[in-house]
Amino acid sequence: MSKSNLTRRGLLKTGAVAGAGVALPTYLSAAGHTGFTNAPEGNTVTLGFNVPQSGPYADEGADELRAYELAVEHLNGEGDGGMMGTFSSKALQGNGILGKKVEYVTGDTQTKSDAARASAKSMIEKDGAVMITGGSSSGVAVAVQALCQEAGIIFMAGLTHSNDTTGKDKRANGFRHFFNSYMSGAALAPVLANAYGTDRKAYHLTADYNWGYTTEEAIRSSTEAMGWETVAAVKTPLAQGDFSSYIAPVLQSGADTLVLNHYGGDMVNSLTNAVQFGLRDKQVNGKNFEIVVPLYSRLMAKGAGANVKGIFGSTNWHWSLQDEGSKAFVKSFGTKYGFPPSQAAHTCYVQTLLYADAVERAGSFAPCAVVEALEGFEFDGMGNGPTLYRAEDHQCFKDVLVVKGKENPTSEFDILEIVEITPVAQVTYEPDHPQFAGGALGDCNNGA
Amino acid sequence: MDAILLQVLNGLDKGSAYALIALGLTLIFGTLGVVNFAHGALFMIGAFCAVTLSRLLTLSHEVIDETRTDFLGNPLKVDVPYLYDIFGETAGAAIIDWAVPLSILFAIPVMILIGVVMERGLIKHFYKRPHADQILVTFGLAIVLQEIIKYYYGANPIPTPAPAAFTGSFDFGALIGFEPNTIIYPYWRLVYFAFAALIIGAVFAFLQFTTFGMVVRAGMADRETVGLLGINIDKRFTIMFGLAAAVAGLAGVMYTPINSPNYHMGMDFLVLSFVVVVVGGMGSLPGAVLAGFLLGILESFASMREVIDLIPGINQVIIYLVAIIILLTRPRGLMGRKGVMED
Repeated sequence: MSKSNLTRRGLLKTGAVAGAGVALPTYLSAAGHTGFTNAPEGNTVTLGFNVPQSGPYADEGADELRAYELAVEHLNGEGDGGMMGTFSSKALQGNGILGKKVEYVTGDTQTKSDAARASAKSMIEKDGAVMITGGSSSGVAVAVQALCQEAGIIFMAGLTHSNDTTGKDKRANGFRHFFNSYMSGAALAPVLANAYGTDRKAYHLTADYNWGYTTEEAIRSSTEAMGWETVAAVKTPLAQGDFSSYIAPVLQSGADTLVLNHYGGDMVNSLTNAVQFGLRDKQVNGKNFEIVVPLYSRLMAKGAGANVKGIFGSTNWHWSLQDEGSKAFVKSFGTKYGFPPSQAAHTCYVQTLLYADAVERAGSFAPCAVVEALEGFEFDGMGNGPTLYRAEDHQCFKDVLVVKGKENPTSEFDILEIVEITPVAQVTYEPDHPQFAGGALGDCNNGA
Repeated sequence: MDAILLQVLNGLDKGSAYALIALGLTLIFGTLGVVNFAHGALFMIGAFCAVTLSRLLTLSHEVIDETRTDFLGNPLKVDVPYLYDIFGETAGAAIIDWAVPLSILFAIPVMILIGVVMERGLIKHFYKRPHADQILVTFGLAIVLQEIIKYYYGANPIPTPAPAAFTGSFDFGALIGFEPNTIIYPYWRLVYFAFAALIIGAVFAFLQFTTFGMVVRAGMADRETVGLLGINIDKRFTIMFGLAAAVAGLAGVMYTPINSPNYHMGMDFLVLSFVVVVVGGMGSLPGAVLAGFLLGILESFASMREVIDLIPGINQVIIYLVAIIILLTRPRGLMGRKGVMED
């Protein structure tokens, strides 16, 4: 028989001590600063670069990391300064951020939402990162953005194209420089109408996840608005490998255009299969059969080899742009690494500089001060022409590139050619547009 | 009717790959009693044999073209393959164009060697261990091999096209009286199907009509008795492991023009191939081949829009659904020996 010593007073005492213990780390981390999570102390500030270092997007993640390292060099006054020389804001001096030397830690998202959240959490809690950035998927971006909102950390998204990142899943502490599905549709549709006519029957193959849905919706609504008919839209499993059983029935449907709402390895495989099946050599409804890839990644399109030739798509940025900002970045990146940067590298580099600049202008690392500095911020010289960080949804509005697979590439990097730089006005939408409905930014969170 | 024919054709090439991988898996299980989860990795390494040979054939020296510039504005460095210097541009380009079929010759010795080293170096230590240990160690090995390939070749898919003579597709429908463009089939997939049939036939003939094959079959039936007769069955089984590795490797080599190879492609096939082996009957070679084609065709049918509209998600579960039904009604699989997996 055992006797319990539990008393009301004892329980209260134990509870008080335990409560104090639990509260202690928070109290310590919040101590000595102005009331926000991971306020930098001493002469350094730590940024967290959360990129896919393993898994199918590891090469894209490696390019993002290269860009981040370059950005850190430039912020600390090393190297040739890259886009800091062309950036319209002159707040950055090359002496770190607010005089603190920039250091960084990295995490591996594995392109899995749970792994990405875990690595971001670790960088925030263990390494004291004051800002998290990176990623190569919308699922990851949405998950990490929500985590940063809760933790009181700024999240500068990397490559994420789903409407939802700044649509129904937007958060006050999160910002996206990359373009989105709606913008791809708005930019591509007129070019497609011009090249292929307004009387087309489209067949969509769509990756069965969030990004696939928003991209299909965006391309469908843009192309249907100019007269195209959508004869079918079929969802395909992620990482399908062989798409032949989805591609073979396309011709039987009476479609004369195939839209591949796939990204990365899926895009490489579905496009390769479609070309193998000779779709592009066929005549349907008296027209040449055509294929469209709404979102191109030059880095991954390489995997499809010659199959991308002549195929239209859209991209956020391309190294062949001739504006001063792009030239400075390509020179800086190319000299350091020996090859041109990808669009993922570009957006990550720009996001780091934009964050640093916002902190300088705000005079504080406090997330709410940074949010205020970024909201409605207009800038230029970063490779996409005049750009606005819209306050209502934290989405960047800038020109969008419509590209086409190059017929005669001169090197392994020379895969895409720019067909049109679609002006920002054509891809701008109202904050309450139906494709971005639901969700709210909420209030910024300083954490701590 | 045309839609059904189309999916049967589609299923044939997918089924060919499943059958080839499952054939190797079941050979290893039948001879050595080992459940080899690294078999998908052997398929992937085979594909990378084709990538490696392509790279070897395109080894180049740089020539500076002053008339063009690179991305930094410097004179463009153009890569000229050494093969052009040796055989002239036309012959050199033709050799490079045929890199994938040539890789068969390269892959056979490489894969046999990898198979033998794998068996002697690691697998043989797990013969007497439970299947769970074998699965763990071979799965671990698969991940190690995957990461090695990723380290050297990157994570992105690498384009490895078929020879120009086999690109494009032919109108199978028009050939048998259907409307043009209703049943089209890429030439290379036809080549793949024919190649798979040839390899499967060769393996069966080898086991059926050679003394070596007879001993192996005897060993599969009763290893102990064969050993008592003074035959070194272990040595033969090691060679069979090498042979199974070569079959998987060749399946990988010829698959590269169908889908650009990446480090993960083996895992994509592995699980399905195991289902194929189990459905066909553990240890049954004809069962593996039959189940490979059967499940390949079923998977193709389940991907039809009309079927997905009727039963959403069926394309992702069909193989497992069929496996469950077969194992519930016939636990030894379609052609498994009586008693195996039934106790």
